[in-house]
Amino acid sequence: MTMGIILLAGALWIALSAAPDQGKTAQGLETAPKEGFLAPDFTLQDLNGQTYTLSDLQGQAVLLNFWATWCPPCRAEMPAIAQVYADYQAQGFLVLAVTADDTRAEAASFAAEYGLPFPILVDSSAQVARAYRITSLPTSFFITPQGIIQKMIVGGPMSEAGIRANVEGLLK
Amino acid sequence: MFPILHLGPLAIQAPGFILLVGLWLGMSLAEKHSLQFGVKKDYVSSIVLAAAGGALLLARLAYAAEHLDAYLARPLSLLSLDTAALAPWGGALGALLGAFIYGQRKAIPWAAMLDALSPLLAVMGVALPLANLASGNGYGAPTSLPWGIELWGTMRHPSQVYEIIAAAFILMDTWPSYGIEPPRPAGRTFWRFAAWTAGARLFLEAFRGDSTLLPGGVRAEQIGAWLVLAVSLWVLGKLREAEAAERETFAASSEKEQL
Repeated sequence: MTMGIILLAGALWIALSAAPDQGKTAQGLETAPKEGFLAPDFTLQDLNGQTYTLSDLQGQAVLLNFWATWCPPCRAEMPAIAQVYADYQAQGFLVLAVTADDTRAEAASFAAEYGLPFPILVDSSAQVARAYRITSLPTSFFITPQGIIQKMIVGGPMSEAGIRANVEGLLK
Repeated sequence: MFPILHLGPLAIQAPGFILLVGLWLGMSLAEKHSLQFGVKKDYVSSIVLAAAGGALLLARLAYAAEHLDAYLARPLSLLSLDTAALAPWGGALGALLGAFIYGQRKAIPWAAMLDALSPLLAVMGVALPLANLASGNGYGAPTSLPWGIELWGTMRHPSQVYEIIAAAFILMDTWPSYGIEPPRPAGRTFWRFAAWTAGARLFLEAFRGDSTLLPGGVRAEQIGAWLVLAVSLWVLGKLREAEAAERETFAASSEKEQL
């Protein structure tokens, strides 16, 4: 009898506390550096002086990777990121690799050493790193073509299969 | 939110640190009181180790199964140290299997083992929302209530604090005491802990902002909690019946002896 009352009350609470159907999760479409939220917008230049604005890239799946040349796991995961970029670029996948800790010259030397084919963005004022609340490196955000952060990975190195799995999730 | 603890020259990731401290405290508490539940002290740490091994193995295999094409392209990634490439459901299954296999090999009575592990689970029940408070995970739904906290750009329910308070009460309820008889029947401590935990999750999930929504806006976590609550209450009912029957049999045999 008591068990029945408790379970009935529980079922009622589930019905009463149902959230408005906003999609997969309850957070809606607010901007925050967090899974399920809209990715904070930014504008940065790459090593060639080309400007990238995140909100202009809607329609493309984006891996936003925060890294630094002094960070061993960042260095370790770069070849895997480059390989996945090469395999999925034609399907609308873009990598934006942001460094806030390196000078242009350091970043350019690193990109040349590793033969990185994607844009390397230098965040010299660390404004973008602050907007994304970066507390450790590497940190990666997998952003859907609609601009929503689908997956956030703090730490590394990410494996190639892990990156592929997340990119395929973005392109579905 | 305090994701990084600065201790002198050291910058420590607070959420991971809190979980490690929770695991250490929980293990110490469980080991200290395991004999009260009729379980050898060594079995507690061994079964946790077996569960952790099983969790890690199956979490990776389940993740690979979910993303088969990616792993067929790069099979060596199965052995990588990529902590993001783990499936939680596989981890939970692996933990159960690892513990089950170890328990079978050592012929440990299950109900007693679950009772002995309950203090550890209860401590982790406090550590997890504390770690979430540090990282900003497990955040609350938007609110205009005066005790709302600013998180991820808006005022939200301090859902992690609600969960810490609930878990602290559950820990007090589960805390083993010295000098009393082992709880009878075996299993009651664990199922009582499970019922309280499921009840708390069912109630508090309503204040979370990151629930997984099913059609109609129903929160999947609440459905899961409701099912666990139902099973726990059912088992507790059966244990009570068994206890009452045992007491009647004992009373009847005592009467016979007196006659």
